[in-house]
Formats: sequence, structure tokens, C-alpha cells
Amino acid sequence: MKAIPESNASMVVRSESKLGRFVRRAVQNRYLYLMSLPFVAWAFIFTYYPLWGWLMAFQKYNPRVSVWDRQWVGFKNFQLLFQDETFYLVMRNTLAMSFMSLIAAFTIPIVFALLLNEVKHMVFKKTVQTISYLPHFVSWAVVAGIVSKMLSTDNGAINDLLMWVGILDEPVQWLAKGQYFWGIVTLSDIWKETGWNAIIFLAAMAGIAPELYEAAKVDGASRLRQMWHITLPSIRPTIIILMILSIGNLINIGFEKQFLLGNNLVVDHSKVLDLYALEYGIKLNRISFATAINMFNSVVAIILLFTANGLFKRFSKESVF
Amino acid sequence: MSVRSVRRGVPFSQRVVDVIIYTVLVVAAIFTLYPFLNVLAISLNESTDSVRGGITIFPRKFTLENYEAIFRYDTLFTGFKNSVFRTLIGSLLGLISASMIAYTLARRDFQGRKFVSTYLAVTMYVTAGLIPFYILIKDLHMMNTFAVYVLPGIVSAFNVFVIRSFMDGIPNEIQESAKIDGANDFTIYWRIILPMTKPALATIGLFLAVGQWNSWFDTYLYNGSSEHLTTLQYELVKVLQSTTNNSGDYRSPNINQVASTVSPDSVKMAITIFVSVPILLVYPFLQRYFVKGLTLGSVKG
Repeated sequence: MKAIPESNASMVVRSESKLGRFVRRAVQNRYLYLMSLPFVAWAFIFTYYPLWGWLMAFQKYNPRVSVWDRQWVGFKNFQLLFQDETFYLVMRNTLAMSFMSLIAAFTIPIVFALLLNEVKHMVFKKTVQTISYLPHFVSWAVVAGIVSKMLSTDNGAINDLLMWVGILDEPVQWLAKGQYFWGIVTLSDIWKETGWNAIIFLAAMAGIAPELYEAAKVDGASRLRQMWHITLPSIRPTIIILMILSIGNLINIGFEKQFLLGNNLVVDHSKVLDLYALEYGIKLNRISFATAINMFNSVVAIILLFTANGLFKRFSKESVF
Repeated sequence: MSVRSVRRGVPFSQRVVDVIIYTVLVVAAIFTLYPFLNVLAISLNESTDSVRGGITIFPRKFTLENYEAIFRYDTLFTGFKNSVFRTLIGSLLGLISASMIAYTLARRDFQGRKFVSTYLAVTMYVTAGLIPFYILIKDLHMMNTFAVYVLPGIVSAFNVFVIRSFMDGIPNEIQESAKIDGANDFTIYWRIILPMTKPALATIGLFLAVGQWNSWFDTYLYNGSSEHLTTLQYELVKVLQSTTNNSGDYRSPNINQVASTVSPDSVKMAITIFVSVPILLVYPFLQRYFVKGLTLGSVKG
């Protein structure tokens, strides 16, 4: 607010009382402040402060010199990044696996939830559901152990099964061939998360008014038609919100699966943005360049999130914020 | 009763649909469960016999020697201890912070409410990335400390919002009457609100505990060279990486070299099972909580 040109007694009194009210309420809220401010400060250190580290992307990093005394290099690291051929390979891998898992995450759990929703036998439903979450709770390290055992050439279940059926004549080294890597990662993801991802859809389905189904039954709609015309449209808001969040995360696909399932033979298909940053930052000690990779990643993620939110706002009435 | 008459009234086509649905679900359940049972069977089978193959879900020559072999390895015990501690401490700190912040956000008369919730929401979408965070940990001298497991993750916006939306459902009158009795805000939180929030706390506690128990990357990145700070998951990762590939740089000797009496494959399977058992024992009992918690979380974006 601008200063008041002439001393206006009533205004001063009002603004004073406004401040007074603020202070009085702050005193009243003192316990609430004490309960939240320490954590606000904590979050500052571990989430906001590292953003400051983005400055390193524009500097020549030197751990012995303070941020202000480092040599500024402008956008040089970004130029290097966009000139690096590996960057395009890494982007291809990141986006490919990201799209594959996005498609998988919005089809298979929905189908699974639709089927489970049709089951009237409660014990059966509960049992299947409990089994379906199981892989969600184990770590990617465990999943990687299981997947590599299943795919192994010495008596791995997949090779055994495919040979028994007659599709294969001899075992395939699935994890040693780049062309299979994206598929293996996506299938592992499906195996691990389908049951978990279905929970939200099932909960949304549980909220659908039974009258809708009864009315449809009176009209003679089959089960499939009911799924298509009642169940799916009813969970649409849930699907849309989850999709916005996923599109925002399209580029942040993590690296655990790729780190654990990948190896030197498939590196052209397994290297994703974070692994690329890790390699430059930690192994090769090129901190500034690696920071540029991370910064690119975060900025793109934010742009994607806002774009997805804007698009969905335009086409429907749902949005995340 | 009427159930039977309804049954009889079900047309043939509907029953076909039912058969298809049940079949697909049974197949899905088998696909989910089989790998676990297979790994369990191999871990309980004599390793020399396992090499012949053909083990499905039952061990052919039952033995505990694979487990004996991994338990002879001291580092595994260290890892177990660290994993248990980080799970307990990390979950407890996470629950305290999330529930306290959530309480202040659920109080409509709290001045800082809007600021704090926006401030936290931002942290859900904006992250600096791996390398700036690594440098921060380094600058804070948290490399090669136990603290790096529990301190950085204390405040989680997602957890706060889940608990907050649960607290929003608690009627205001309960707090008002306590206030009239002269209780301060902290007492109300601790004595009244917290006990009523148990289902949400159970959910978030489970998420936190699973996250802590399952993480290995922080050990790899920050504590890889301190053997006394190793965790179970990291030991598993080392074992897995040692034979399948060599993309990591592993300094310390791994379990395969120590437990050379049995084949690496059997050891891998035994440690895989050992690492997953605690979680698998707990999760079925907390099911009703996490289903509820997840649904609550989805309401607030």
C-alpha cells in the first residue's frame, strides 16, 4: 500500500487496529505456529534450498569456492547438453518407457477394476485383491531379483513356459537384448502396480449409485453395456485427475527399475535422464553439467503439468488446481 | 430364498460373462503369485539340485542351508539392524510431522493456513533433482551418516494432505468444548485429535514404513563406502548386481564370495525372500486402512 498523503486520522486508527488484530490472532495461534513453522523451515532446507543449487548449472562448479565466487558460464552447459548425442538417446528412452507405462497404467488397472467390480462373491473378490497388491509392497530391488530369475536362461519360468508351449526352441537371454528392455520394464511395472493402481478406480466404482444399474437393467442393458455406459463414465473424473498427475510426471519416470534391470549390454535402451545425470554428476564429477540435466528435467515437468492441467480444464470441468 | 430365484433367472449369456470374469481374475492372481512361490521354493531347495531346473512352487529337496549361508554373513545382520532402525525412526518422525502440520491446516482459524498449504503443495511438483540434492547432503556433512536415512524425508506434503482431509471430517464441537475447558492447541492435538486420527495414521505409517524399508538408493549414493551403515535392500542390490551385470562400482565384498558353499542363484533367492518377508507379514492386516487412506488422498489433489 502507498503511504497516505495527508494524515488521515481514521485511516491510521483502522490500519493500526488491523495490525493489532493480526498480532492478537497470531498470539492466539501461537501453538499452531509453533507446531508448523519448524517443519516449514525443515521443508525449506530439503526442498526449496536445493533449487538454489540450480545456479550451479550456469557456473563452473568448484566445491572449494562459494557460490558467488564461482566462474559464470551462462548457458554453456545447456548448449553442451543439447549438442550431446547421448542426450537424445536418453530422451528417447525416457519418453518411450514413460508412454508405455502411461498407457499400461490407464488401461490394465481399469480393466482389472471393472472385472473385480463385477464379482459378487466377497471372499473371492477380497482374496484376488489382496494378492494383487502384494508386489506393490516389495522393493524394486526384490522385483528386479524376481524378474531376472523369471527371465533367466537357466530354468527361468518364462523361457520354460515359452519352450513348453512351443513358441521358443531355445531359451532367450531377455535381459541381454536391448530391444526387449522397454517391454520388460513395462511388464514389470504392470506386474508390480496393477492391483495397487486399481484401488482408486474400485473406490470410485463403489461410489456409483445402484439405481443407475437398476434402471439400466430394466431397460435390458447387458453387463458389458452397463460397464461401458455407467461404470466407465462414472469414474471419468478420477481417471482425468490421475491422468493430469501422470502427464506431469511423464518425464520423471525415476530410474530404479532401469538401474536395477539394466546392464552394460542394454545401456542404449536403459539409460534414462536421472541415470544420465547420475553418471555425469557422480561418476565423472561434472556437477554443473549434471545439474543442467536435472534442471531441464524439472522445468519440463512443470511445463507438462501446467499444460496437461490447462488442456483438461478446457475440455472438461476437471482440474487438479 | 429370493437369491435362488434370481440365480435361476440369470440368462445363459450373463453366466458366460461371469465365467470369463472369474477365469481372467484367477489367471491374473496366479501370474502375480507364481513368481513369489517359485522364488520361495528355490530358496528352500538344495542348491545343487536347483541347478537341474524344474522347480515350480514346491521345493524338491527341502533344505535351510541357503538361509544358513546368508545368516553367516555379518553384514546382512548389520543391514537388518539399520533397516529396522531407519524404518522405526523414519516412520515415527514422519508421522509426528505430518500429523502436526495437518492439524494446523485443518484449523480454520489458523492464520498461516493458506500460506503453509500452498508452500507444501509446491514441494509436490517442483523438485531440484538428484545432483543439487546430492550436493546439499554433501554440504550438510550428511554423507556416511545414519541421519541421511531419516532426516531429509521428514516433511512430506502428500502425507500431510491425506491426514488433513481425514481431520477435516472430525466435528468441530469436540475441539470447542476442550477449548472452553482451557486446553491449549497442542493439548487438543495430542489428546483429542491424534487418537481420533488413528486410521489415517495407520495408513501413512504403513506408507512411510514401506518406503523406508524398501529404499536402497540412499545407501548406495551416500553411504556406499560405510559398511556399518548398510541396509538390507542395499545388500540385496549388491548381490543381484554382482552376477547379472557390472554397472555399479561396488567396493565391499559381497555375500556371494562369503557364502560360496551354495550357488549364487539360491543365495539370491534366499535373500530376496528374507528381505520381503517383514512387509508381506504386515500388509494384509493393514489393508482396510490403506484402501481408505488412498481414497482420501485422491480427493485432495
